[in-house]
Amino acid sequence: MKAMLAVFKRELGAYFVTPVAYVFIVIFLLLTGVFTFAEDLGAFYERGQADLRSFFLFHPWLYLFLIPAVSMRLWAEERKQGTLELLLTLPIPMWAAVAGKFLAAWAFAGIALALTFPLWITVNYLGSPDNGVIAAGYIGSFLMAGAYLAVGSCISATTRNQVVAFVVTVVVCFAFLLAGFGPVMGFIGSWAPASVVDAVSSMSFLTRFDSIGKGVVDARDIAFFVSVIALFLFGTAAVVETKKGG
Amino acid sequence: MIDIRQLTKRFGSFTAVDGVSFGVQRGEVLGFLGPNGAGKSTTMKMVTGFLSPTSGTAVVGGHDVVNEPLKVKEKIGYLPEGAPAYPEMTPEGFLGFVAEARGLRGAAKRKRIGELVGMVHLEGVMRQPIETLSKGYKRRVGLAAALMHDPEVLIMDEPTDGLDPNQKHEVRTLISSMAPSKAIVLSTHILEEVEAVCTRAVIISRGRVVADGTPAELQARSRFHNAVSVRVRIADGAAAAAKAELARLAGVASVEELGTPNGQASFTVFPRDGKAIVGEVSQLVRAKGWEVDELRVETGRLDEVFREITAPAAAASGKGGAA
Repeated sequence: MKAMLAVFKRELGAYFVTPVAYVFIVIFLLLTGVFTFAEDLGAFYERGQADLRSFFLFHPWLYLFLIPAVSMRLWAEERKQGTLELLLTLPIPMWAAVAGKFLAAWAFAGIALALTFPLWITVNYLGSPDNGVIAAGYIGSFLMAGAYLAVGSCISATTRNQVVAFVVTVVVCFAFLLAGFGPVMGFIGSWAPASVVDAVSSMSFLTRFDSIGKGVVDARDIAFFVSVIALFLFGTAAVVETKKGG
Repeated sequence: MIDIRQLTKRFGSFTAVDGVSFGVQRGEVLGFLGPNGAGKSTTMKMVTGFLSPTSGTAVVGGHDVVNEPLKVKEKIGYLPEGAPAYPEMTPEGFLGFVAEARGLRGAAKRKRIGELVGMVHLEGVMRQPIETLSKGYKRRVGLAAALMHDPEVLIMDEPTDGLDPNQKHEVRTLISSMAPSKAIVLSTHILEEVEAVCTRAVIISRGRVVADGTPAELQARSRFHNAVSVRVRIADGAAAAAKAELARLAGVASVEELGTPNGQASFTVFPRDGKAIVGEVSQLVRAKGWEVDELRVETGRLDEVFREITAPAAAASGKGGAA
């Protein structure tokens, strides 16, 4: 536990000693702002509703490009710098290294997400929104970020090249998104039975996120994200373990 | 402290380390030698628990690295090749991380880091990012990290590689000062280092141990062991005659002439069966009345032994130029 905390601290600190953290946070806030308020996109004002739907609507797509940028360095950088050997010859159990790194990245994403609070204040100032739904939206968004990060962590462990890690992570996460995207479901439905469509869309980050975002925090949706995170973290540990030599 | 048993590592069909066995006791400084690619680093990576052996194991401080890797990692201080460290961190932050990973907190952590900073002389660079530090400082940061928990077992992969002579000397002094209380293994291909700090040397080649002994024992395997180098002033043209006189001595196997610049003739006189022949040689010199500029007994040349053991063909063809 102590070892995990040490890894977590180091890792979170690493985001903030380089410009990565600041660039990421500024761009994240800028883009969420643009997407939320733009007339053609979120249309926050035009909708005239006191809620944050237009804010959360674009999170899955925003995360698609921003989260892999956070996760790509997790293991690829260690490999590249040769620090993997250092990390894994300290008395740190593999799970602690994997979890410490992941939790640091997740906490970082959480900080960026938390910094959107002015929007929550704004909507409360302008009207009287259902804050339960907004809280659910934040929970869903945070869980989804975790799932993206876990996927990214696993892919980062396979390579020493951060660009490769980024691109592959985007593609894999895109697949997880598309599984629940209307047109794709329609396409699958055109040749497969409804049960297959349901199975595929139940694997989608998009479907799960939308369902939580409606304000219904269903244990099954939470369990889905937690399972995806756990699965990919196990995968990360397995990949790091087997690929230590190369 | 360290007991390496039949350690083997295969990468696909390539056998990097092939049944390596040796032990290291407290107080020993073992020089782990071998040409590049001989399997030095791979062996160390297995002993420190980074790579898992294909077969065999290493027992460090009573713990088996295959079954109890964490216990072994707690015992060992390891400096990997090139002393990797997180480049964006400062030595302060980096050593803090290593301390916490090793379970040091609060005052104990600060105290230990303070001691290490004094020990390896990091004062003044503690707040600079590691990537901006010189090679020597980076190596010292790595050393400090390896020594964080005052380990009983210290394993260093090429600790002085790429350092300037002063820095090398510093690192060696540090190693020698720690030697009595620890079991130390350092890999190197710098042979002077073995003579300078090691109490024992293990040479590996193509993944196998090919020699194991004290540096003196290894030197004794050299054909230069107990050879006598002599430089005398003699008239031009007399060198050949002098060489013949030397060769005629009872204990002498052969004589090599190293040239006769400025009326000085230099010879290396090789003994039969490594026996001491300096007495015979000096008697002859006195009897002949040669004016001596230099007379020296060779202890043996480690580099030559090293080449002979690890690359027999190359050493044989290079014999003439060995001097």
